[in-house]
Amino acid sequence: MLVNILKVLSLMFIVFALICGSSVASASDMELLGAGATFPQPLYSKMFDAYNQQYKVKVNYQGIGSGGGINQLIKKTVDFGGTDAFMTSKEVQSAGAPVLHIPTCLGAVVVTYNLPGNPKLNFTPDAVAGIFLGTITRWNDPKIASANPGVKLPDIAVSAVHRADGSGTTYIFSEYLTKVSKEWKDKIGVGKSLNWPAGQIGQKGNPGVAGYVKQTPGAIGYVELLYATQNKMPYGSVRNKAGKFIEPTLKSVSAAANVKIPDDTNVSLTDTEAAAGYPISGFTWLIVYKEQKYGGKAKDRAEALAKLLVWIVGDGQRYVEPLQYAPLSKEAAAKANTLVRSMTYDGAALVK
Amino acid sequence: MSGTVSNTFQDDMDTQGKSIPGSTDRSEKRFRFILALSGSLIVLLLLAILVTLLVTALPSIKEFGLFFFIGKVWDATTETFGALPFLVGTLFTSFLALLISIPFSLAISIFLGEYFKEGAISGFLRSAVEILAGIPSVIYGLWGLFLLMPAVRFIEMKIGVAPHGVGILTSSLILSIMIIPFSASLGREVITLVPGDLKEAAYSLGATRFEVIKNIVIPYARSGLTAGILLALGRAIGETMAVTMLIGNSNFLPTSIFSPANTMASVIANEFAEATGVTAASLIYIALVLFFVTMIVNIAGTYIIHKLSIESSKEVS
Repeated sequence: MLVNILKVLSLMFIVFALICGSSVASASDMELLGAGATFPQPLYSKMFDAYNQQYKVKVNYQGIGSGGGINQLIKKTVDFGGTDAFMTSKEVQSAGAPVLHIPTCLGAVVVTYNLPGNPKLNFTPDAVAGIFLGTITRWNDPKIASANPGVKLPDIAVSAVHRADGSGTTYIFSEYLTKVSKEWKDKIGVGKSLNWPAGQIGQKGNPGVAGYVKQTPGAIGYVELLYATQNKMPYGSVRNKAGKFIEPTLKSVSAAANVKIPDDTNVSLTDTEAAAGYPISGFTWLIVYKEQKYGGKAKDRAEALAKLLVWIVGDGQRYVEPLQYAPLSKEAAAKANTLVRSMTYDGAALVK
Repeated sequence: MSGTVSNTFQDDMDTQGKSIPGSTDRSEKRFRFILALSGSLIVLLLLAILVTLLVTALPSIKEFGLFFFIGKVWDATTETFGALPFLVGTLFTSFLALLISIPFSLAISIFLGEYFKEGAISGFLRSAVEILAGIPSVIYGLWGLFLLMPAVRFIEMKIGVAPHGVGILTSSLILSIMIIPFSASLGREVITLVPGDLKEAAYSLGATRFEVIKNIVIPYARSGLTAGILLALGRAIGETMAVTMLIGNSNFLPTSIFSPANTMASVIANEFAEATGVTAASLIYIALVLFFVTMIVNIAGTYIIHKLSIESSKEVS
């Protein structure tokens, strides 16, 4: 009996050792590691799969959230991270060396609701801020009604719902509201998870918010555009800085990036100046260290990473639109390309 | 109770070890060594968890200290963290759930342990209770979202409070259903263990069935019933997924049983993935608090059971 147990144990040990050994072997084989934002994960999976078929380089991306992506990059356990929010100055500081933010596509946040008949609604920035601050409590409030002539709004309670989990969606949404509402800026501010008004409901993830909105007459929440279109949820147009009510579409989201983009692409596209742009849009980035010679990283690995990034902001962009993401504008793609080309290995440029 | 069991086991081992000579003696030793090793491994794991939590929570402990327990604001943007709303939310939902579940679990234990010990109905009911224990909590959460939430909202509209549908009451209801199997199955077992001659003696004195249950069965099985209830409480305190889906995740002190709130387990599950720096440390600080709360419940439980079993053995003898 005991001998048997020992045999099994030693067998398990050998199997374990084999697994470990093989994983070490495959890591030195070319497999690039990435982790981060969940929002672009379906797109990245598709891109990396296509890239692997064409160039025989495996890329393993894990959707652990933007914060996790930044952490893993700083700890140098991954080759690249993914994030929906530009790294804060504190995070840049703890990174220790310059980090490049390479935009890959754009996302947008839409306001979704549940009303009898689900009419198409227009929202002014004031209305959105008022609803989520809890100052607008009935659907027939003049602040909502004035932007929707011809729509008969019911006299029922507004039940606002936010994301309870920390998320890039909340970040973009709160960044937008901070720009358009002083009251929001003073009371709530910007962040991935916020100190929401007392008594407001929070739900976990896009599915949680969507589920609550679907279940509750009079509810209103915010979700990613992609999620709303896939689930055929009603969503409203939002008035942008130019004074037009813009319906969120791939086109109007891409158009939000038709502004002057700085060289490091650290630009916030919320409340965009672009006349045809949907105002609650933002880039999602891949982040890498500018100088790739660190932690004993081999040169061919750094080269493979740079090649992959060139492909993502170039040829790879053709996968963006079919998956319902908004592609980079020409100017943004050019800036992204320049950024990738500034990557170095021991001081020498990686991409010629 | 568990103490006595392991003691007799130890005695058995000893006498056997001495009576069997030669070669088996060595395997006996080896066996005992493996047992001791796995036993101490558990203690080591517990310590490792505690140390990891302490070390990773240190930035937050340094910054907030004991004010963490009375702070009411949880704000990641200004990095102000206080865990009182979550502490209250956890205890409120767990104890409310316990209160709701006790009558049902007690009824089920008596029904299965005293009235229908055998037979098809009993077997069916028993396995139904056991299946209830095995259902993943996310399924409870979904069911609550689709059925319980509209029902609670209907009640809320009738009595005129804000009709959220989610909040303390909804999550306590789902928790109470989730924890019934734990107290019910243990309760059933201890009730079947009540000696027949005790009950027969009571019957012979002219007691009715209800009187027997009230005066003989429940007092005798008291420690086991309490153990079941405490097991259920532990489960309710740590439950994450179903509660997150139904509590409304509002980081404020609840004002009534209808208001949305948040629990320690669910705030960790919600926010940890995107947390960095002090926020992450504060979430781990909450985990540390949760660790101690469950530990206190467990220690208090063992103490109560110990005390009750001594009392009941005194009463019986």
